[in-house]
Amino acid sequence: MKNLTTLIGKELRLYFVSPIVYVITAVFLVIVDYMFYAQTVFYSSVSAQMMRFQGNLPSINLHSMVFFPTLMNAVVILMFIMPLVTMRLLSEEKKTRTDELLLSAPVTVMEVILGKFIAAMVIYMLMLGLTLHLPLGLGWITTLTAKPLMAAYLGLILIGSMFLATGLFASALTENQIVAALISFGMLIGFWLSGSASPPDAESPVGAAIRHLSVVEHVEDLMKGLIDTSDLVYFISITLLGLFLAHRAVSSQRGA
Amino acid sequence: MIDVKNLSKRYGEVVALDQISFTVARGEIVAFLGPNGAGKTTTMRILAGLIPATDGNVSVAGFNVFDQPLEVKRRIGYLPDTPPLYTEMTVNEYLTFFGRIRGLRSAALTSARFAILEKCGLTAVATCLIAHLSRGYRQRVGLAQAMIHTPEILILDEPTVGLDPNQIIEIRKLIQTFGGEHTVILSTHILPEATATCEKAVIINRGRIVAIDTIERLTAQMRKSERTLLRVRHGDSTPTDAFLNLPGVTHVSLQHSETSPAIAGESVWVVESAMGTDVREALARRVIEQGFGLLQMQPVAESLEDVFLQLTTQEETDGRAGSERAEIV
Repeated sequence: MKNLTTLIGKELRLYFVSPIVYVITAVFLVIVDYMFYAQTVFYSSVSAQMMRFQGNLPSINLHSMVFFPTLMNAVVILMFIMPLVTMRLLSEEKKTRTDELLLSAPVTVMEVILGKFIAAMVIYMLMLGLTLHLPLGLGWITTLTAKPLMAAYLGLILIGSMFLATGLFASALTENQIVAALISFGMLIGFWLSGSASPPDAESPVGAAIRHLSVVEHVEDLMKGLIDTSDLVYFISITLLGLFLAHRAVSSQRGA
Repeated sequence: MIDVKNLSKRYGEVVALDQISFTVARGEIVAFLGPNGAGKTTTMRILAGLIPATDGNVSVAGFNVFDQPLEVKRRIGYLPDTPPLYTEMTVNEYLTFFGRIRGLRSAALTSARFAILEKCGLTAVATCLIAHLSRGYRQRVGLAQAMIHTPEILILDEPTVGLDPNQIIEIRKLIQTFGGEHTVILSTHILPEATATCEKAVIINRGRIVAIDTIERLTAQMRKSERTLLRVRHGDSTPTDAFLNLPGVTHVSLQHSETSPAIAGESVWVVESAMGTDVREALARRVIEQGFGLLQMQPVAESLEDVFLQLTTQEETDGRAGSERAEIV
């Protein structure tokens, strides 16, 4: 446990001295903020028009018209930038051979993997924390329903952990950061598209399995503010699978 | 302290280590000698618990490396052949990290860090980024990392690579201060290094141990005669080998080695005599009597280099090595 905090501290230090995290955060925030702004303007014009049809207002609300599309788009952006957060983690250690030194100290492979994952999660949570100025800002001038938003942010945390664990596994496979990033792009895009591309025989067990692997439905539920246990199980199990595979990859490269 | 029994390691078809056995006692400084690809690094990595062996048993500080790797890792310091560094960290951060990960905390960590910075001559660069350091400094940072927790056993893979001569001497002294209480294993292919730092040598070639002994005994074994090198200025006359044939001299040979090319009017001989007979005075007198100039006279010590060459090439001429050679040709 003491080792784990030391390892997390080291990873965070390396994150903060590299420009990657700052650039990624800036890009992420600028795009998300712009989309939020566009959706809010759209929402206000729509609701102004709605005012004229008094009596039968269709159900429009801030969450479904502003937060839901903004956060769905944010997840797509995350799919592209999360691999950049994780690409360095294991590949760089292997390239500089510091992994050898790390493992000549009394630490286990599991501690090393968890240390890296948790550090990446901390970075991700900070990025996510910075997006909170959107609901807080809007909440200042109008009333928001907090619960769907909280569910959506819980969803974002889970989605991020899945993306990061996948990226960590990719990073365990190669010495090259770019290759690691490309592998995790590939895997994440695969998760994203497996739902929309209909398999040759959609009714077969294989087709059903591929559809169940798709990340889109689960993300949509959560972003709508819906917490379904099957979504939680989906994200948590893929996160654990990613960490497990990363552990296996590192161990097998040691021949153990 | 270290007990290796019948250790073998195969990478697929390639045999890296073939049934090697040796022991190292507490406080010994042992050199691992061998040509490139002999299996030095493989052995060290197995000792450090980084890779498993194919066969055999290794115990370090009383713990089996394969069953209790964490106990072993608590007691060792390891420096791989190229110092692995986090170049984005400062020297202080780097050492603090490796100190903490090896169990040092707060006050003990700070004092250990200051002590090792001082010992390794790193105090002046303690706050520099490792990325900005020269190769020699980086090597020393690597060493400092291996020593910061004063481990019982220090495993150093080619610790003086890339250092300048002064630094090499300092690092050797530093390693020697570790002997006595701590056990040190270092690998090298620079033979004077082994002679200068270590008491004992394990000579390894093609995955097999060809000799284990103290360095003095290894070199003594090889000496079969006293040899004296003689450089003489003789001007225009061309003396034959015969003029050095004195009582006690067994063999005289004219030498123009690459270190002493022929200079007009000078010749270099190596005079061999039986063990225990000193012919130097007689030789000097003879040269002067002949009216020549005696430029240099020096006993030729059998160096570890000769031992090494002889042992590692002997191996090559017999058995499987011979057939491999034939294939290459």
